[in-house]
Amino acid sequence: MLAEIGWIALVLAFIVSAYSTIAAFRGGDEGRHQLVVSGRNGALLTFALLTVSVLTLTYSLVKMDFSLAYVADVTSRSMSPFLRLTALWGGQAGSILFWGWLMSGFVAALVIRKWEQNRELMPYVLAVALGTTVFFIGLSLFISNPFDRLWHVPGAEELTRAFFRSTGAMPYIPKDGQGLNPLLRHFGMIGHPPTTYIGFTGFVIPYAFAMAALITGKSNEDAWIRATRRWTIVAWSFLSIGLVLGGRWAYDVLGWGGFWGWDPVENAMLMPWLTGTAFLHSVMIQEKRGMLKIWNMILIILTYALILFGTFITRTGVISSVHSFAKSALGPVFFAFIGLTFIWSLSLLFRRMGTLRAEHEVESLLSRESIFLLQNVLFLSITFAVFWGTVFPMISELITGTRITVGPPFYTRVTGPLFAALVILMAIAPFIAWRKQPLRALDSKLLFPALGSITVASAWWISHRQHPDSFFALWVVSFVVVSILYEIGRGVRARVKSRGEGVFTAIGRLVGRDRRRYGGYLIHLAVIMIGMGFIGDAFFKVETQGTVSVGEQIQIEGYKLRYDGLSQYMGEDGREVLEASVSLFNGDEFVKVLSPRRDYFVVQRQPVTIPGVYSSFKEDVYVLLVGWEEIGMDSSTFKVYINPLINWTWIGGLLLAVGAIIAAWPGGCIALQRSYAIRPRSVESRAAAGD
Amino acid sequence: MRRILLGSLSLLLMLVLSTYSSAIAQEGGEGFPTDNDVNAIAKQLYCPVCPNTPLDVCETKACQDWRAQIRDQLEEGWTEDEIIDYFVVEYGERVLAEPRRAGFTSLVWILPLIAAAVGAGAAWQVLRLWRRRNDREGASPPDQIPVDAKALERIERELDEIR
Repeated sequence: MLAEIGWIALVLAFIVSAYSTIAAFRGGDEGRHQLVVSGRNGALLTFALLTVSVLTLTYSLVKMDFSLAYVADVTSRSMSPFLRLTALWGGQAGSILFWGWLMSGFVAALVIRKWEQNRELMPYVLAVALGTTVFFIGLSLFISNPFDRLWHVPGAEELTRAFFRSTGAMPYIPKDGQGLNPLLRHFGMIGHPPTTYIGFTGFVIPYAFAMAALITGKSNEDAWIRATRRWTIVAWSFLSIGLVLGGRWAYDVLGWGGFWGWDPVENAMLMPWLTGTAFLHSVMIQEKRGMLKIWNMILIILTYALILFGTFITRTGVISSVHSFAKSALGPVFFAFIGLTFIWSLSLLFRRMGTLRAEHEVESLLSRESIFLLQNVLFLSITFAVFWGTVFPMISELITGTRITVGPPFYTRVTGPLFAALVILMAIAPFIAWRKQPLRALDSKLLFPALGSITVASAWWISHRQHPDSFFALWVVSFVVVSILYEIGRGVRARVKSRGEGVFTAIGRLVGRDRRRYGGYLIHLAVIMIGMGFIGDAFFKVETQGTVSVGEQIQIEGYKLRYDGLSQYMGEDGREVLEASVSLFNGDEFVKVLSPRRDYFVVQRQPVTIPGVYSSFKEDVYVLLVGWEEIGMDSSTFKVYINPLINWTWIGGLLLAVGAIIAAWPGGCIALQRSYAIRPRSVESRAAAGD
Repeated sequence: MRRILLGSLSLLLMLVLSTYSSAIAQEGGEGFPTDNDVNAIAKQLYCPVCPNTPLDVCETKACQDWRAQIRDQLEEGWTEDEIIDYFVVEYGERVLAEPRRAGFTSLVWILPLIAAAVGAGAAWQVLRLWRRRNDREGASPPDQIPVDAKALERIERELDEIR
């Protein structure tokens, strides 16, 4: 009964959202206000209806209503209620419904918060955003329906999935479900997927505004950028945090000693992050200087297309990946949708190209503008390299018939130098003025950060002499850190000196004056911290493998690991657990008992390797149980990794969230009002009139 | 001041270069071949059957057998290249973690470089365009205001105070 309610809500949501898309568009086109209002109400109703649908599905999952095919697929009696709840996004049908629901939530929030502003753009924003939502609801309804039941049709070998009963079919209700993929049965299930989805769906707002600006011909003005700035930061932050959480999760369950493997699914998420980051920065030029208008349009269109492409890759399994948890016939429809969206967006842009002329020029080749431009080139180059590496195996197979692998060495080699260049820009950009930066004045500003970072890197490097090429990486990151701290320090000192404030008050007020800027600096620091994990991984990672009997030791760096024994027991969730006990010594000093495990999921016949980890700011000792003697169980094989600096990646993720909150928290227009920034001409007149 | 900056930068470069040559990888050890020797080779290979999994971390029975095979080959005195070539002949190019730089596959390496170069070239053109347009429209006022270093410093300081 409940499933019927969910299904009916889904059908209604489809009809209402389709109607609202058309109503909003025509209302805008013909200037009929009532139609637009009707579209707005439809958007709110769509969200309410989808909420009903999501809630009924969640209830069925938690209550294990195995009459639903989806529930039988992703839950089982042995799973905890928590995991059954997360199963909502654990499979394809559920995750697509969840996706549509989040997107409609963003549209509803937008309508509530922004209705009174941007009246001209709003009808089209609504139409574009809702149009995408219609597509996702349609996928749920017609292709991957979470409310389908299982039917036994006489004469058929396999069970049929359908919502309606066909003639002669008997309902089939399994006694127990399949349950989630064992890799997904983890606490991380509550973190990474929802944050990623929020990040992905959130980008629909800037995209819809950009399209609305193009449709109305208001793209020359910056209303769309100013209206979406905060939304973009929010979506981007969720995406970033989703990436970090995904890395952490992989580190905890995939059992290969790392957190980023350049797998297609990881790349699919990285690509929109890269273009999204470029967009986030590039709009600043448009905001302050009225330049790069076409380029920003291209960036948001690209970001949105890559988000859809990412969803396409993860949800259809076209490219083989360690994370493909869902495979289906979704492919062609999805692919067509991405193609149409992309072509439509670009043709809109093409039509308005002439109106998007830059309002200002630069006086010098060295200016904030040129740095931003270079940064855009770097981000796009990295995106292209990642994209090319991801799709090349397919292309190669199509053209030459040979299937090849593009593994981590390719990505690190190609993108490593580009990332390093980006980080250098990150260090110097804050010191470069808009329009024109005389070299002479730059010296004095950069001298301290440059010398400071060289000192820091040298000191660091002296203790790691065996990895000479790491010196450059360390110098680059310390350059950024020192320059950001120096920049903040200068501001604080000025306040302390001129106003006699205490240091902490000064910091607080400084940040409060321009939260976007200082939140941004904090995010830069966070990104550097995340980068430290990558530097540790690239240069200082050490691994060893050895087979030892009980009582024997494995040595790695300064650590000793003593094997104390193996125990076997039935764990929760239908898993056979084989757990080793290993005492970790730093030199001769006892540190901790580590318990690397091998969980074998009996029903799914899938092993999961859970590491035993000792974590410190300096490094992680990461132990995997990779083999054991079947008889006697007195000797086992371990793989031990020393993963330096990896903790900084997770701390960086936290700091990034803090920075994002500082930058995006509502109610911070003070900086804009008081800002003495140079504004584009289109804004200046209104600013003078008291915008 | 710029000289100090340049000086320290070149010092930095020299430091890196001088130590680069002294870094020599160590191989072998007691009880050859060890698990580490096997993993060093397996790391460069991808499991021929699993989706996107390096051979050194793959847990399936098939991969364990392949690693055992690498061990046997090492014992028999095969070199690293011989073993890798053997796997390529046997299971196809897809076992290579790092795509080859020859034939059609070299495109995977070349195209990103070309793209980056084209991007940089385009950015350069845009910058010049920005500048030229600027020149045509006449030099902008800030260029013509003579500001001495002292005044500049004062403005800088006052700006700091507002911040």
